[in-house]
Amino acid sequence: MDIDKIAEVVETSNSEFVAQCYELEGVPALGSMVKTRGKEGDIYGIVYTSATHSIEPGRRITARGHKAASDADIFKENPQLAKLLCSDFHALVVGHKHGKAVYQYLPPSPASVYAFVYSCKPDEVRLFTQSLNFLSLLLDSKLPVATDEVIAAFLRYASRAHPTPQDFLVGAGKELAWLLSNDIRRLDSILKRLTQ
Amino acid sequence: MTDSTQETRLGTIISGSLTAGVQVKMDPSRSVEDVAVGRYVAIKGEKKRFFGLITDVSLEAVDPHALVMPPDISDPFIAKVVSGTTTYGKLNILPMLTISGVAGAAGAPQPAKTVPSHFSEVELATQADVEMVFGKEDKRRFFIGNPLDMETKVCLDMEELVKRSNGIFGKSGTGKTFLTRLLLIGMLQKSRTTSLIFDMHNEYGWEGTSEKQTKVKGLKQLFPGKVAVFSLDEDYDRRRKVKSDFTVKIGYDEIEPEDIELLKNILNLTDVSVQTIYELARRFGDSKWLDSVFDLFDSGDRESVKGLDIAEGTWRNLKRGLSMLRRLKFLVRHAPEDAVSTILDYVTNGKSVVLQFGGYDDLTAYVLVANLLTRRIFNVYREKVDIASSADIKMPDQLVITIEEAHRFLSPDIAAQTTFGRIAREMRKYNVTMLVIDQRPSGIDEEVMSQLGTKITCLLDNERDVDAVLTGVSGKSELKSVLSKLESKQQALIFGHALPMPVVVRVRDYGSAESYKELGPAGASEGGKKDKADDLWE
Repeated sequence: MDIDKIAEVVETSNSEFVAQCYELEGVPALGSMVKTRGKEGDIYGIVYTSATHSIEPGRRITARGHKAASDADIFKENPQLAKLLCSDFHALVVGHKHGKAVYQYLPPSPASVYAFVYSCKPDEVRLFTQSLNFLSLLLDSKLPVATDEVIAAFLRYASRAHPTPQDFLVGAGKELAWLLSNDIRRLDSILKRLTQ
Repeated sequence: MTDSTQETRLGTIISGSLTAGVQVKMDPSRSVEDVAVGRYVAIKGEKKRFFGLITDVSLEAVDPHALVMPPDISDPFIAKVVSGTTTYGKLNILPMLTISGVAGAAGAPQPAKTVPSHFSEVELATQADVEMVFGKEDKRRFFIGNPLDMETKVCLDMEELVKRSNGIFGKSGTGKTFLTRLLLIGMLQKSRTTSLIFDMHNEYGWEGTSEKQTKVKGLKQLFPGKVAVFSLDEDYDRRRKVKSDFTVKIGYDEIEPEDIELLKNILNLTDVSVQTIYELARRFGDSKWLDSVFDLFDSGDRESVKGLDIAEGTWRNLKRGLSMLRRLKFLVRHAPEDAVSTILDYVTNGKSVVLQFGGYDDLTAYVLVANLLTRRIFNVYREKVDIASSADIKMPDQLVITIEEAHRFLSPDIAAQTTFGRIAREMRKYNVTMLVIDQRPSGIDEEVMSQLGTKITCLLDNERDVDAVLTGVSGKSELKSVLSKLESKQQALIFGHALPMPVVVRVRDYGSAESYKELGPAGASEGGKKDKADDLWE
C-alpha cells in the first residue's frame, strides 16, 4: 500500500471529512482505511463514498469521446481536462490515535483542513482492528450510501491485513451478530457480503 | 487469559438461584455437544471459588426471530458466526460447594450457601479441584470410580461410610452386585469394620459371575485371612467344589413367632394364622412351639390344641404355610452347633462372614435366615455394647450387615417391627449398621430411607423409585435428571454422608488381573503386610 499522501482534507467535521485527491481518479477503494491529522494526533477514517467531478460546481462534465478511438485518447486530446476535473472521497471517522494509544471513538476535535491524507499501511490496519468496538459506530451512522456495503467492504479489506483473514472475518461476524442480535435479516445480508 | 483457561472455560453466569441452580451462557467457542450432564465445573466468583454440577443443557437464541427465520447456515462461514452469538448454548449448574478462593489451595470444601455473582467465569473443574473435593486415595479412602470424562479418582471415606447405614439401588442388571462387591472390598481394605453378608445368589463368597458370564473373584479369594464363607447348602458346595468354613444349621427351637410373621406374605399366611402362631408359642414355649406344631401336623392330633379354639381353615392355612419350612434342609430339630455364636466368634476376631444360600435362593429361606440371625446377633451386640459402655471397656468393632431384597425386611408395614428396621433407626448406638441392596427402593419404609447415610444409585427409571431415593436431598429435581440419564452399566450416582456432594462415577474396573492387584489386601496402604502374614497360618 502506498504510504505517501494521496489527498488533502477540504471539508471536515467531527464525524467525517472530505479529501480531494492529488491524482484524478486516484481515490482509495471503498471501505479502505485512511488517516489524516487532527489537533491531538492521527485520525482514522473509512472511505464510504468517492466521486470525480468538475472543479466548478455549476459546470457539468460533458461527453467528449465521440471521435476518440479510446477513452484514454480523450485526455490526450484535451490536456486541460486534468486541471478542470477533480476526484474526492468522503471518509467516516472511526477512531484516533493519541500518543501510542489507539481509540475507537470520535476524536475531541475534527481533522484539520488541508491536512494530508494517507492510505493506512497493513500494520496500522491490523493494529486498529485488534478490537472491533468501532463496528457500532459504523452500524449507527446514517450514510448517504448503503452502510452495510461499507461495513462489508471494510471488513474484507481489513481481513487481508491479518495473517488468517478467515478467522478475522469470523470474529468480526460474531461481533456483528452481537450488535445485530435484534435484526437477524440485516446481519444475514452483511454476512453474505463477507463470504469470499 | 492463559491457554489452559481458554481450553477449560465454558462461559459466564447470567442468572439463577441457589435452589434452582445458576444459568450459564456458553462461550461462542464452546459447543453444547462437548459438555455432558453430571460433569463438574468450577465457578470463579468475586471472593469465592464454587464447585458445581451441570444438571441441564439447553439451546437458546438471542432473538426468537432467528429461530423462525434462521440465517443461511448452509454457508459454513455464516454457520460459524451464528453459533454462539445469535444462537447459544445454556447450561444449568447447581452450585454445591465453595472451595477456597484460589484454585488448588487447601481448605475443606463447605456447602454452598450463596451463588456466584453475575457474569462470573465458569470453567470445567480441574483434576486438582476434584481431588480437593473427593480426596485422594489413602488409608481411609477407597477409590470407587472416576467422575464422568475425568481421570481423577472419587474416593469414599470408608471409616465415615460404615458409621451409618447405606443403600445401593438400581434396576436389575445395572451393576448393584458389582458395586456391592467393590464396597465390601473397600470396607475390608480401608476400615476396621467386619461385615456379615447375606449372600442370596452366591456372588460374594468364593467367586461370582460378571455380566459377561465370566467368573470373578469373590471376597474370600481376595482376602483369605479376613473373610470366612458360611454355607446353608452343603450339596451346593459339593457341586461347586468349594469348601466353606462352616455349614449353618438352624434349629426349630431358634425360630420365633416374629420370624414367621415376617414371612406372612411369602408363606401366604392369614392374619389369624399369625395370631395363632403367637398363641401356640405361648402354649408350647418359645423354643418348642415349632417342633410341637410339626408333631401335631404329623400326628393329625388336634386335641391338645383344642383349648386354643383354632378354626379349621386357619389350621389348614397354618399347615400349608409352615410345611413349606420343612423343605428347607438347613432347618433341623436341634442345631449341632450354634450358628449365631460361631458367626459372632468370627466377627469379634475381625473376620467378615459371607453366608451363602447355595441352592436356597428363594425368599423363604433368605428372609427367615437373615432376619433370625440378625435379630440374635443384634441382641448380642447390644448387650456387648451396653456392658462395654457401663464398664468403660473397648466397644466391639463396627459390624456392617449386608442384605439384598431389602424391601422384604424394610417395607413400611413391617419396618417398625423387624430388627433391620431397628438397626436402620438406632444404628450408631450399637455399632451395627446395614448395607441395603434393592431394586425397588420405593418399597422401603420412608423413615428407613431417610436414615441411610450414603446412597449409591445405578440407573432407576421408575418415577416412584427415583423419588424414594432422592427424598430429602437438596437439588432433587436436578439430580433426578442426572439419575435418569445414567448409562445402564458401570455408572452410579453417589450422594450422602460419605461425600461432600453428589457425584456420578464410572465405577472402577473389577474382574481383570490388574484390578485384583489393587483390590487385594496389598492394595491397602496399611495392613497389607499383616494380612500376608496372617495368610501363612491359613
